[in-house]
Amino acid sequence: MMMKYTDQHEWIRIEGDTGTIGITEYAAHQLGDVVFTELPSLGKVMAQGSEAAVVESVKAASEIYAPVSGEVIEINKALEGQPDLINTDPVGAGWFFKIKISNFAELDKLMEESAYEAFIGTSH
Amino acid sequence: MQNEALNASDILLAKTPLEKIHHRLGAKMVPFAGYEMPIQYPTGIMAEHHHTRQSAGLFDVSHMGAVEIIGDQATKALENLIPCDLAEMSCGEIRYGVFLLESGCVLDDLLITRRENGYLLVINASRKSEDIKYLQSHLPADVILRVWENPVMIALQGPKAADVLERFYPKVSSLLFMTGKAFENTWISRSGYTGEDGFEILAPQEEGISMTEKLLAESEVKPIGLGARDSLRLEAGLCLYGHELNENTTPVEAGIAWSIGKRRRQVGEFLGADRILAQLKEGVSCRRVGMALLPGSIPREGAEVLSEKGNVIGFVSSGGHSPTLGHPISMGYVDQVQAAIGTDVLIQVRGQARAAKVVKMPFVPHAYFKK
Repeated sequence: MMMKYTDQHEWIRIEGDTGTIGITEYAAHQLGDVVFTELPSLGKVMAQGSEAAVVESVKAASEIYAPVSGEVIEINKALEGQPDLINTDPVGAGWFFKIKISNFAELDKLMEESAYEAFIGTSH
Repeated sequence: MQNEALNASDILLAKTPLEKIHHRLGAKMVPFAGYEMPIQYPTGIMAEHHHTRQSAGLFDVSHMGAVEIIGDQATKALENLIPCDLAEMSCGEIRYGVFLLESGCVLDDLLITRRENGYLLVINASRKSEDIKYLQSHLPADVILRVWENPVMIALQGPKAADVLERFYPKVSSLLFMTGKAFENTWISRSGYTGEDGFEILAPQEEGISMTEKLLAESEVKPIGLGARDSLRLEAGLCLYGHELNENTTPVEAGIAWSIGKRRRQVGEFLGADRILAQLKEGVSCRRVGMALLPGSIPREGAEVLSEKGNVIGFVSSGGHSPTLGHPISMGYVDQVQAAIGTDVLIQVRGQARAAKVVKMPFVPHAYFKK
């Protein structure tokens, strides 16, 4: 199992050819209270960097981008009734959706955890 | 994720006298109307919103302006600018009103308190300089304009507010909604902008800071930021200058014509009276409405409002999630023909037309303390 991060504050957990996607603690804190998420439909094929979902907090809406290309194979139905899972457990129960990764080479463009930590250290 | 969080650190901003308290409480500070203001505290906007509706929330509103208008001619001079019936107000009474322009549009909305020697006006932070210039140019020489220098202004709002404040100011809970009185050199009014019962307290810096600390030490009281202040006023169906009100909107279009006194409607004699009296008589082409949506994506300010047939009929002036109701609500301006309560409309949210219904305001009933 491996975790990678984008400069848009998404994380992807890679297990075999499945990628689970969510937003980081830092991003969830920046957003404030999440009240609604708009998740992609099952079977949707998305390209790396394309708009994949929307997360709405009390104050604003933010787009979530696909960290890598792939096809949506599962969405987190729990977010429908409990969007605040994104605030309380952003890298666990607050995941957004899972994809079947179509191009592993794209993962090389993403950050390791240490690089991401350094990245948010400079954007505070 | 794209998130354009405002950072208050790199802009030269004014600070309120309560700044140290906000920092100590872990507030997230943002620029607002030239001030560095707390948008939320660590508990977050939703918790702060609910706390205010259920207990007592303390807001720093020291960024707002407090102006005294003094002199025998103050009533006459102000009635030329504000269409309230000021002459009939008794000492300690408060009215909501607007400063009018020649066009009949709104320069600012404000609270007007009748005091022994004249009036106390509380004006929006974002309009302070415009308002003061306007007053200076319209008031006759024998009317004195005195701007309070950096007072502490706090609002204590919610069902427990009266119980809490009574501990420090005995008999304060006998004040009725929209009345105020002096407690030594602190001015307390039973008013606010959340739809809840509550008080606004205006005090010199030292007393104000110490009162804030004392109130925050009470178990029912939590600090509340501007984020929840906005969601509370939206649920209460109250206008916010720069959103529902601006220099292109009249009070009739904004649905605040109730603030125009009966005598004033008959006689006129205020700035923009021709246009406003005509609108009162003939109606308006568009007006402010409240719109409710089922849970889902949230219409924000600027979103287009469409008729069921898909024609653009207006726009959203304020939109957000209602923590109390659990679904999105918005205010906006729509064509008069589509403005009736119960009308089905569509609101464009990120390329999707979402079903919405024109509903009665306030969205959440007011809980003011009236006899």
